[in-house]
Amino acid sequence: MALDPRGAALALHRFGFGPKAGSTTGSIAAVASDPMGAILADLDAPNAGLITDANLQNSGAENRAVFEDNAERLAKDKLERKRKEMAQAMATSGGESAMEQMAPDKKGDAPPNPAPPKPVPLPRQIFLDEARARIGTAVNCEIGFVERLVWFWSNHFCVSFDSTVMAGAYEREAIRPYVLGRFADMLLAAESHPAMLLYLDNAQSIGPNSVAGINRDRGLNENLAREILELHTLGVRTVYTQADVTNFAKVITGWTILPTVDNPDHGGEFVFNKRLHEPSPQTLIGKTYPDTGVEQGRAVLADLARHPATARHVATKLARHFIADDPPPAVVERLTQRFLDTDGDLKEVAKTLVSAPESWAPEQVKVKRPGEWLAAARRAAGRRRPNIEGMTRQQALLGEPLWRPPAPKGFSDDNAAWYDGLTLRLESANAFAQVVAPDVEPKEVVDVALGPLATEETRLAVARAESKTQALTLLVMAPEFQRR
Amino acid sequence: MRSPLQASTLHESTRRELLLGSGVLFTWAFVPRLARAEGRDPRFLTIVLRGALDGLAAVAPVGDPDWIKLRGDNALRLDGKTPGLPLDGFFALNPAMPNVHRLYQDGHATIVHAAATPYRERSHFDGQDVLESGLGKPGAVDTGWLNRALAGLEPSQDAIARGRRVFAVGPVTPLVVRGSAPVLSWTPPRLPPVTEETTMRLLDLYRHTDPTLARVLEDRLGLAAIAKAGGIADKPNDNAPGIQGGGIEQVRAYFAEAAGTAAKFLATAEGPRIGALAFDGWDTHVNEGAVNGRLAALLGALDGAIAAIKTNMGEAWGETVVALITEFGRTAHVNGNEGTDHGTGTVALLAGGALKGGRVIADWPGLKEADLYERRDLKATTDLRTVLKGVLKDHLRADDRALAADVFPGSDAAAPMAGLLA
Repeated sequence: MALDPRGAALALHRFGFGPKAGSTTGSIAAVASDPMGAILADLDAPNAGLITDANLQNSGAENRAVFEDNAERLAKDKLERKRKEMAQAMATSGGESAMEQMAPDKKGDAPPNPAPPKPVPLPRQIFLDEARARIGTAVNCEIGFVERLVWFWSNHFCVSFDSTVMAGAYEREAIRPYVLGRFADMLLAAESHPAMLLYLDNAQSIGPNSVAGINRDRGLNENLAREILELHTLGVRTVYTQADVTNFAKVITGWTILPTVDNPDHGGEFVFNKRLHEPSPQTLIGKTYPDTGVEQGRAVLADLARHPATARHVATKLARHFIADDPPPAVVERLTQRFLDTDGDLKEVAKTLVSAPESWAPEQVKVKRPGEWLAAARRAAGRRRPNIEGMTRQQALLGEPLWRPPAPKGFSDDNAAWYDGLTLRLESANAFAQVVAPDVEPKEVVDVALGPLATEETRLAVARAESKTQALTLLVMAPEFQRR
Repeated sequence: MRSPLQASTLHESTRRELLLGSGVLFTWAFVPRLARAEGRDPRFLTIVLRGALDGLAAVAPVGDPDWIKLRGDNALRLDGKTPGLPLDGFFALNPAMPNVHRLYQDGHATIVHAAATPYRERSHFDGQDVLESGLGKPGAVDTGWLNRALAGLEPSQDAIARGRRVFAVGPVTPLVVRGSAPVLSWTPPRLPPVTEETTMRLLDLYRHTDPTLARVLEDRLGLAAIAKAGGIADKPNDNAPGIQGGGIEQVRAYFAEAAGTAAKFLATAEGPRIGALAFDGWDTHVNEGAVNGRLAALLGALDGAIAAIKTNMGEAWGETVVALITEFGRTAHVNGNEGTDHGTGTVALLAGGALKGGRVIADWPGLKEADLYERRDLKATTDLRTVLKGVLKDHLRADDRALAADVFPGSDAAAPMAGLLA
């Protein structure tokens, strides 16, 4: 087969995280004999999409650890305050015995070192550990098509760290296992995940006619139901009405989490609480679902997952992410059809996307999102163990804070949203180049990262740069590296 | 050859990598034993000016009859609107550098003109490689001359404990101090800003290849209006001077902070004695602005950095030598864009209280067409290595043989320049 290094470079940028220095699988040369085949093969890699990091706990455990940590600190602070009050009272009265009674361990305290280093707060530590796993995968995976799909779906079903410390584990538990599976399974995993139930308030939604609703005079929260219909499945302004939203909200009442305070072993995990559940059949988009408890919601989700509007919505978003802001209708049509024909088999849909001629247009149109771009730069320069604090901070500065979307809609996939950050990217590129410059030869990095995609102008700019720092800055800022 | 892959395993980033990390100052905590035995405690700081400084713009040969002819309106002169600062009658210092001028008058600054490394091609990367490695040709080693010089020095006994004391860690080490001698690094809290030069080059690249990104960048730089008003929107190579993107104030602040902090460390009793840092941005192909434009602003920032070093050195200034060196010079003639292209001979600037200064050292080659190297560049008549070897020998008491064999291999013909120190 004839070699196609240009198609290879394009494929690695468009479908993956960019060519990887020193890789025998994720390099332009490695992919040149069959770029499309290489991208498709990424779907068949063992454990594709999964993160197997023994140090990461599941979401429930993370949640409980943070809860315990907070509780312990609260108790410590309280105790400290009490002792201070006692000491003050003693100073005025001159007594000593009260102080001795209050201090549980008088010998051991009063450490001589004045300012011990502040420990990283547990939620922050969990964030960094989860981020390390995710970013490390993007930087080190060979091609990264599956990983790009993970990022896509994670953004589609986004949750926020601001709502729950479980946001990172959520991606591992609700997104990754299904990224090449059935959409219906991912949908169910995402909507019933504690992180989602907290993020979109369903954990506290109560059926008005449920036992709890009657007793506590509290009620329905429509947030999750609306976003499932509007963002996760059918799409806005499609086939549903406000009544459908309300009814769907009633269907998923009772989908909540076990309170952490009195569940030391399972607090924060999903539970269907019948006491909160609206006990009646509900009608959604012309179909009536009998009250079957938790199964009622599962039945609705299963139908939503195979609705043609959902197929079209998902197909459009995928094509917009990988191909163009306004993707060619024909490819959206084919993706929609494939989705429907395979009952939402996401691997088959991904194959259709890669096989579509529209996906191989030679023009690099889409601007990489900040996280992708940061990862691509590190891959190009052979930085295998990226600085996670630095990278997450950069990503946030560039407008894409990891696991902190501005709204349930997730981060935008339109170019226009990312142009604003261009000068910030320049600052970021400069900072990165300062660090990496001594270790690399810019010309080699051009060959590794862009190969035939590099324009004559970019090659010249890199060759004529006054320093390696400037050369690398220009390289990662070049249009061929900014776009995919 | 250094491949990106190998490099990454050698230099893992630290947590300060991105926002904080730039690793500009590198120091070595040994005190040379021989110098110590003489009751001295010498400090040595090397500042690498990356991008090739136009030596003729920094220190102008105003006494050369061909000078005005050569540079025309861009020539610095003693009777110009912005007159140069007189040095020795033949040379004048760029007026953006009043602090260096004062040091010169006090005998604390020496200028070496028409100097260059042995490198005679015109690639920045290779030129910097030769400048920092100390070898005759590029790409040959992974160590720098300053590190190899240190490796050859015997530390004094009381410096051993000090040598183990790491006061900060940063991931980046310029080649000049890389090598087997232990290197400590400090990273300034402020990042070197994106230079104006880099921004303009990126804009130029976008204008040729991606109009959308070009427009976005122009908008962000507030340049669009300027370009429109000046009618230069369609002339990508004709960049408007004084863009608001890079921010010379940022550059000034960065230079002063980086150099000033280096001096603070070197001045400390228990601190390191030898350091290196690098300032980028000297590649002035377009609108050089030697007298009151971009280069003048950069030279002013450098002047501020040297002033900060003197201030922060305090008493130790008397035992200090600072060497400012660049990979090569620029063309003698001005090019078609009011700038200069890559050349050969340039200046090296020494500053410090330990110097026998107040001199311009130059075997002046002249500026007539036939005097120029390849009829375009200021000819190099002084081998930069003789200057550096002279400082290493007389200031740090580096051994002659080590200087010729290990520090600057193949430099036997370039004997250490004598008499630089007071």
